[in-house]
Amino acid sequence: MFAAASLTEAFGEIARAFEDSHPGMSVRFNFAGSQQLAASLVEGAPGDVFASADERHMEAVADADLLAAPPEVFATNRLTIAVERGNPLGIGGLEDLEDPAVAVVLAAEEVPAGQYARAALMNAGVEVSPVSLEEDVRAVLSRVSLGEADAGIVYATDVAAADGRVEGVMIPSEVNVSARYPIAVLRDARNAEIAEAFVVAALGSVGQRILGELGFAPP
Amino acid sequence: MTRGRSLPWVLATLGVGAAALLVLPLVGLVLRAPWSRLPDQLGSPQVAAALRLSLGASLAALAVATVLGVPLAWLLARREFPGRRLLRALCLLPMVLPPVVGGVALLLAFGRRGIVGAPLHRLVGLTFPFTTAGVVLAEVFVAMPFLVVAVEAGFRGMDHRYEEAAASLGAGRWTTFRRVTLPLIAPSLAAGMALCWARAIGEFGATITFAGNLPGRTQTMPLAVYLALQSSPDAALLLSLVLLAVSIAVLFALRGRLLGS
Repeated sequence: MFAAASLTEAFGEIARAFEDSHPGMSVRFNFAGSQQLAASLVEGAPGDVFASADERHMEAVADADLLAAPPEVFATNRLTIAVERGNPLGIGGLEDLEDPAVAVVLAAEEVPAGQYARAALMNAGVEVSPVSLEEDVRAVLSRVSLGEADAGIVYATDVAAADGRVEGVMIPSEVNVSARYPIAVLRDARNAEIAEAFVVAALGSVGQRILGELGFAPP
Repeated sequence: MTRGRSLPWVLATLGVGAAALLVLPLVGLVLRAPWSRLPDQLGSPQVAAALRLSLGASLAALAVATVLGVPLAWLLARREFPGRRLLRALCLLPMVLPPVVGGVALLLAFGRRGIVGAPLHRLVGLTFPFTTAGVVLAEVFVAMPFLVVAVEAGFRGMDHRYEEAAASLGAGRWTTFRRVTLPLIAPSLAAGMALCWARAIGEFGATITFAGNLPGRTQTMPLAVYLALQSSPDAALLLSLVLLAVSIAVLFALRGRLLGS
């Protein structure tokens, strides 16, 4: 199961529910930036299911003729600004990230969260000079939670998953972007039926309930 | 008789297997590399920036490691003091420590919240993470022990009578160290510096963990290879070739000492 880093908690919980209803099954994950998952799938890494944080990297895998069926979007997400607990710099929005005294970390441009963040910054007409470009969105989150960076642009669900180690500053919906998460069974899946069942579970009521609880929105 | 004959065959087969395991990845790299695009790619701004940064940071790390590492090697080899063995073990630990762990440890010491980093940040506004200085620090942490080990062996192996002779002829301790001791350990120092530099230029885990990743500031060649593999594999292959060439050059320079002449 190749899944975007931002799905770590949600897919962990869906997998537990799935294993409960399919005794004897165990789901193993490879969580990473979607761009890295897509690159390793295209290079021939064996997997059963791919869940991407954007449609671009799902298309890259589809273009390599590696999907068993067309992908389906199972969730959407919004961006937020992660800041240190207590928001010591009083960051109120994207425009505050322009200040060179604020150490901002973004995901790299190849990473879905990095793409989305750049789109939101462009919508807001804000230019940011990040101090570091991370390989997945969770690395952005950990820079902020360790106190090395003052702010990072992550998904709203990441802040919720950080258990109070960071705070979220809302990005207004006029400039925010909607991240779309597609999922598909891979052509060379060794357990095609189980893979299909997992995709159905993620799209179905159990999966949607868990995703909703963790802050994802339905497609 | 059969046993006597079959054992070498088993050994030879396993040995050839081992050699294949070590050599085949390099063959793959060389065969798959888009050679025709090499000049273009080497001139691309991102590759050039990574190359410049890698060279600059690794040479700076080598300079720091030499200036600090030679005295440390001297202390460990020549001075008796309580806790020397423990200190030696601790100083050489980064050689076997996973570099990512080294990066985390560096954050806890020299990060903005670190035990040394926090006062530094508060008092003089100096921060290491996300700066080229952070890259150099990470490289020194990981690579200096290689220099210390080589130079320490040099200090231990040298003939002390030359120093005693120099002293008896009236040379001061500092003059003796500079004019007699250092030339005598020069071969060990050269080997230590080569290993240290090779380790510094290849550093990945501690650098990305501690210093982050920003082209032109903290994105060294290994980081650029790793990240380019996800977006432009051709560029990653070419960057890998450059690093391979550097490694071959270091091995060549060390051939007498590492490979046996």
